[in-house]
Amino acid sequence: MFNFRRLFLILTPYLWLGFFFLIPFVIVLKISLSDYAVSIPPYTPLLDLSAGWEGIKSFVGELDFENFTFLAGDPLYYTAYLSSLKIAAISTFFTLLVAYPIAYGMAQAPDEWRPTLMMLVILPFWTSFLIRVYSWIGILSNEGFLNQTLMWLGIIDTPLVILNTSTAVYIGIVYAYLPFMILPIYSALEKLDGSLIEAAEDLGCSKMSAFWLVTLPLSRPGIIAGCFLVFIPALGEFVIPSILGGTTTLMIGKTLYEEFFSNRDWPVASAVAVVLLLILIIPIILFQRNEQKQREAGQ
Amino acid sequence: MKTTGMTLATALFLAGAAGAEEVHVYNWSDYIDEALLAKFEQETGIKLVYDVFDSNEILETKLLAGGSGYDVVVPTGSFLQRQIQAGVFQKLDKSKLTNAGNLWDMVAERTSKYDPGNEYSVNYMWGTTGIGINVAKVKEVLGEDAPVDSLALFFDPANIEKLSKCGVHMLDAPTEIIPAALKYIGEDPDTQDFAVIEKTEPVLTAIAPFVQKFHSSEYINALANGDICAVFGWSGDILMARDRAAEAGNGVEVEYHIPKEGALMWFDQLAVPVDAPNPDAAHKFINFMLDAQNMAAASNYVYYANGNKASQEFLNEDVIGDSAIYPDDATLANLYTMSPWDPKVNRSVTRLWTKIKSGT
Repeated sequence: MFNFRRLFLILTPYLWLGFFFLIPFVIVLKISLSDYAVSIPPYTPLLDLSAGWEGIKSFVGELDFENFTFLAGDPLYYTAYLSSLKIAAISTFFTLLVAYPIAYGMAQAPDEWRPTLMMLVILPFWTSFLIRVYSWIGILSNEGFLNQTLMWLGIIDTPLVILNTSTAVYIGIVYAYLPFMILPIYSALEKLDGSLIEAAEDLGCSKMSAFWLVTLPLSRPGIIAGCFLVFIPALGEFVIPSILGGTTTLMIGKTLYEEFFSNRDWPVASAVAVVLLLILIIPIILFQRNEQKQREAGQ
Repeated sequence: MKTTGMTLATALFLAGAAGAEEVHVYNWSDYIDEALLAKFEQETGIKLVYDVFDSNEILETKLLAGGSGYDVVVPTGSFLQRQIQAGVFQKLDKSKLTNAGNLWDMVAERTSKYDPGNEYSVNYMWGTTGIGINVAKVKEVLGEDAPVDSLALFFDPANIEKLSKCGVHMLDAPTEIIPAALKYIGEDPDTQDFAVIEKTEPVLTAIAPFVQKFHSSEYINALANGDICAVFGWSGDILMARDRAAEAGNGVEVEYHIPKEGALMWFDQLAVPVDAPNPDAAHKFINFMLDAQNMAAASNYVYYANGNKASQEFLNEDVIGDSAIYPDDATLANLYTMSPWDPKVNRSVTRLWTKIKSGT
């Protein structure tokens, strides 16, 4: 009985990953190795199980890596990957910059305030993501709230062009992903043992250096988790750049969309998606290995 | 995986609602008088589920994935042609379309270019791709004699550079912009030769930095609010922006012009997917829309011309009498149509389009 339960517990995450990650991935991988066709669905070959073993053999024989060679041959794709990496990295940095003081303030706040503050951070999730991004159009546009206010205050004479530029994309990403950065950092800071800081101060640290030497390093796991939670979705972000971004904001999510919708080339679109996944997964695996080694070395 | 999930969801949904007959219609956004939807339900007792899209690409992807669950869809002619080849649609049962006699032969002749014999589709609405302007702002930056009825307004960098100060949008659709650019440089807008299409690259690259955004639906609001002053877009959408601005009373005056060099004429067609759950109800809906008064109500609402000759007597004067919607014969003769590019040319064009927009 005990073994059965144990097996179930171990199996559950694997089943979850299998159904919701591995199987879809294999399907995408398969399409990425196929060829474009004018049909439903718009690619060939299709797996025909009724033909038995021969069918599978001829099916596998028709798959090839042509689409990946195509991606490598056109500068568009790696430019788009690099540009996405840049946008995701810069946005993550700014999100961290904004989120850390908020999380710190929350952790320092009196106990009875914390649930309210926590609620305020989570509250925006109750409104649709799309509507929240759209509302930025009303704030950032030439005739929008921000420009009207600044002009009314006499700070500027001509409206600032923010909407449809990369700046608007950064603002959108930082805004949309802020809670994902605040929450893990807050949870790390909240667990922090206050006596450690007192000890540091007793031993002659200024408040500032106590923060740098004690608080910041101890909140590192929260920072790392937050950065992952922001960086990964920002890399593949499509909605924010397409609503707030302009013509020159090149991102891989948009490129993927064009392959899929404008070119109707599902195989190439799938190849773009497979490469994107590899770009994300390989650094994460390397990072985790490194962390593990450090932990082992620490012990 | 996602499509299978969606199909499943649709199937379950349909099974759950087996009691009442339903018809699922997938049309362009802002493209019908919604009072007609209620009228259809009242007349037929069929529950109408109405969804909208804003690009042919979205519609096509759903159709090509199969099992979209829609009974009536509204692709544009050039897309329809390719979709017919892919086997997406079923032939219409003309015996069920008793109102088909209302159709306008001028339009039917042209749509047979995409759908030979009009076997798979009937025309819903048609229009042109042209110039929308905020009158006051354009005159402010370009002077009284601004070339508001010429492609040069956009394709001459000197003009668009000045316009960029008050904001320019363009459709994010190479199928609309490239033929216009070809026309501007004196080439055949319907060319299938990529070497000729490529000649538009320097023209478009020179003006792209001045285009604030390539997008196919945002310009309606942006133009009406006064956020932008010029757009290369669809006739009806620009006329809708004109109306919204007038209703808002914000002092923005919008005009639509058909470029004097000639404009692309496009046709949105009602068609029934091959795997439509309820093809019978689909025909009932199409026949309902073919009714002269219903079609007139739709046109009066959205400011697009329709392919229904009989509806013309029920059209408001500001629709039938507006040469931007129903062009006179001389303008009509100057309009052109285009055929879809084959997949190879299409890929090269999309690539070219990305290059023009992003510089990569």
